[in-house]
Amino acid sequence: MSQRTTIPFGPQHPVFPEPIQLRLILEDERVVEALPAIGYVHRGLEKLAEQKDFQQDVFLIERICGICSFMHAMNYCQGIEQLLGLAVPERAKYLRLIWAELHRMHSHLLFLALLADSFGFENLFMQTLRCREEILDLMEITAGNRIMLTTCCIGGVRKDITPDQLKRIGTGLDRAQASLRELGGAFAKDYTIQRRLKGIGVLTREKAHELGAVGPVAKASGLAMDLRQTGYAPYPELGFNPITETNGDAYARMMVRLRELDQSAELIRAAMGRLPDTPLSVPFKGNPTGEVAARIEQSRGELLFFIKANGSKNLERFRARTPTFANLAPLLHMLPGCELADVPVIVVSIDPCISCTER
Amino acid sequence: MSLLPAKTVTPDNLLHEVAVLRQQGYRLVTLTCLDQGTGHTVYYHFDKAYQPLHLRLEIPDGQELCSVSSLYPAAMIVENEIKDHFGVKFTGLALDFQGRLMLTEAAPKTPMNRFRRCGMELDARQPAAASPAAA
Repeated sequence: MSQRTTIPFGPQHPVFPEPIQLRLILEDERVVEALPAIGYVHRGLEKLAEQKDFQQDVFLIERICGICSFMHAMNYCQGIEQLLGLAVPERAKYLRLIWAELHRMHSHLLFLALLADSFGFENLFMQTLRCREEILDLMEITAGNRIMLTTCCIGGVRKDITPDQLKRIGTGLDRAQASLRELGGAFAKDYTIQRRLKGIGVLTREKAHELGAVGPVAKASGLAMDLRQTGYAPYPELGFNPITETNGDAYARMMVRLRELDQSAELIRAAMGRLPDTPLSVPFKGNPTGEVAARIEQSRGELLFFIKANGSKNLERFRARTPTFANLAPLLHMLPGCELADVPVIVVSIDPCISCTER
Repeated sequence: MSLLPAKTVTPDNLLHEVAVLRQQGYRLVTLTCLDQGTGHTVYYHFDKAYQPLHLRLEIPDGQELCSVSSLYPAAMIVENEIKDHFGVKFTGLALDFQGRLMLTEAAPKTPMNRFRRCGMELDARQPAAASPAAA
């Protein structure tokens, strides 16, 4: 009978940009059970959000995550706007969509780079990060910052994108997509990558639904679930349809993100071509009151904010359920049965964001 | 104040209501807990084909709540988080982190409670000498 060994995987590990620990119970080299130990970067941001002014919270909540920050601010603003009964101008909705999709692109490119790094393909890692720089440049040109854009505000946006900047976005996307065509070929067709990813960390469609998987993890298992279809931003007008794969393995999760990169670029182009000429924001008076559950599709999946306001300037409760938190249970299901050497690849394949998860 | 549109459930019929939703194909999105002073409100957020559905449950202090992790295994993580942050106890948890999922032993206990002082009480397992005031 094989002897059982417990290995602490993390919190410091070469594949983890952020700390999380998985206690792996092994029989020889095979994982039989995985237990999470989180809390290393728990900052109590939900509590802090109750102590700040609801308008200051836009900046605080944008800092829940250092990768998909804009979409956190956007979801929070949409929730407060719902409580205040504000109708956001059309131009602001399109500008939000452009910045949100730029964020999705840089987030997916970071994922691809870290995935390449996890199986030791250093050159691909570097080339992917070089491509990501194109997107970060576009955000810097339009917002002044590479990641923390702080352009979203309650009632709209606080910055416009000028015609010159729109042209620059177009040429930047051309360069990024040309680069992606080369990189995509390597990711999709390379023999070693296929050997490392295909059939690894399989999550069936039924299990994905039962365990509450979201985002590319769910879509790679065949669940066509993407909140962009609900129309919180003008996605339906731009003909958006979710991208899915069916195999549910690490390769399928990578392919969903690879294909979403092109889709995001096309959504940005379509939004730039339809940018309405309206004010950037609407003024408002008073404080929000009531409860709302606001949701958007972040780069890693469904993001839910529960907001309770009582008419004062401070919120009574702010709660964030981030996509990685939802994908923890599916991850714990994927690991038993795999080889120890595949654990880093499987963990990275869900694109974990621990700062989001722990808040 | 307009509350979130939700169906009210009780601790007694919670499992039955959740089992019905599971049967109907709903996905459990998450749970939200709110401190009400003399008890807690727990929202159970579900989704099916982008249609959200919420259950609201009021629970007085001291009463334990049945875990729904037997129906939705993923609920185990968020139920442990609520136990850490609010001190609400769940029976039948698939995996119980004993209030140590998010918080360390030195962290304040149940820090997300708004209306009670227990948020600032330190864990009894911390030696008194560790406190600067005691030194």
